[in-house]
Amino acid sequence: MESPNLNYIKELSGGDTAFEEQIINIIKDEFPKEKETYFSSVNAEDFNALVEIVHKLKHKISIFGLTKTYEIAVSYESSLKDNKMDFKKEFEDALVVITSYLETI
Amino acid sequence: MNCIIIDDEATARLVIRQLCKQVDSLNIVGEFPDAIEAIKFLNQQEEVDLIFLDIHMPGLTGFDFIQTIKNPPKVVLTTSDPQFAIDAFEYECIVDYIVKPIVLPRFLKAVQKVENLISVDVKEKPIVVQKTEVEKENAPKGNDLYVNIDRRLVKIDIPSIYLIEAKGDYIQIKTDSKSYVVHSTLKKIEDKLPDDLFFKVHRSYIINTTMIVDIEDNSVLIKKDVVPVSRSNKPELIRRLNLL
Repeated sequence: MESPNLNYIKELSGGDTAFEEQIINIIKDEFPKEKETYFSSVNAEDFNALVEIVHKLKHKISIFGLTKTYEIAVSYESSLKDNKMDFKKEFEDALVVITSYLETI
Repeated sequence: MNCIIIDDEATARLVIRQLCKQVDSLNIVGEFPDAIEAIKFLNQQEEVDLIFLDIHMPGLTGFDFIQTIKNPPKVVLTTSDPQFAIDAFEYECIVDYIVKPIVLPRFLKAVQKVENLISVDVKEKPIVVQKTEVEKENAPKGNDLYVNIDRRLVKIDIPSIYLIEAKGDYIQIKTDSKSYVVHSTLKKIEDKLPDDLFFKVHRSYIINTTMIVDIEDNSVLIKKDVVPVSRSNKPELIRRLNLL
C-alpha cells in the first residue's frame, strides 16, 4: 500500500510551520472521531451515515497524498450508496495506515 | 473582497483559510461549521462578496443553503464530489466549483473568476443616473430614461422596467430583456418614473404594478421575482389594484 506523506500540507504552507502544526493537530483531533463514527455506523449498518463519514474521511486521505486509496474510498462511497460494502476491507486497511502515520508526525 | 467559509470539516476550513491568506484581496469575515450559523451571520452582515461553500454538510447542504438565502453573493463550491458540477450550473451565484484537495493555482483561478465577474457587475452598474441637462431642465417623465453606461447615455424604455431594487450605493433596474446596475438611489429614480405605473412597495423596492403576477401576504410576485411589501405600503398597493 502507498504511504502517507506531507507533500500537500507542505505545498499549502509555503514554509508556514505554524500552519503545518495547526493542520496536523486538527487532523489528529478530527480523524479519530471520524474513524469512531465510521465504525459505529458500520456496526449499525447505517448506510446513509456511512456515506457521509466516508465522504469526510476521503478528504483526509487526499490530504496525505494517498491517491490510489482515495480512488478506493470513492468506489467504497459509491458502493455504500447502493447499500453494499465493496472495498470495505481496503478502506479500513487505509484507516489503519493513517492511524499509524499520525502517531509518527 | 469580504468572504466567508462554510464547511463542517475543521481541516477543510483551515485549508481554505490558508489559501485565502495568500491572496491580498481576500478578507475572511467569518467561518462556519454549518449553514444555519452562516445564515444567521448573513442576516446581520450585508457586506459579504464571496462564499467558499461545501456541499456535503449535515442539516442544510450547500445547495439548500443557496436556496435559503436571498440575494446570495458570489459562491465558489468546495467539495470532494465532482459529480455535482452540473447541478452547480443551475445557480447564477455559483462562479466556480473546486474539487478537494484544493491546490493554490486552482484556488487562484477561482478567485480571479470572481474578481472578473464583480468587476463586470460594477462596470455594468453602468449607470450613474447623470445629472445632465435633462435633469436640470426637470424633464417630464416620458417613456424613456437615459442612464450613463461606460460614458454612453443608454436609453431604457420605462414601461419595460418591472423592478428596481436598492443595493447599497447602487440600484438594480430590471427590464424585460436586461438588468442594469446603476450608481444611484431609489429616491432619484422614483422621481423620474410615472406614478401610475410604479409604486414603492418597500424601502428597497419599486415595482411596476402592471407586471404583478400575484400578491400573497406581505410579498408580491413580479415576473419571477418575489418582492417584500412593507406593512405600511400594502394598503396603498391594494388600493391601486382593479379588484373584483
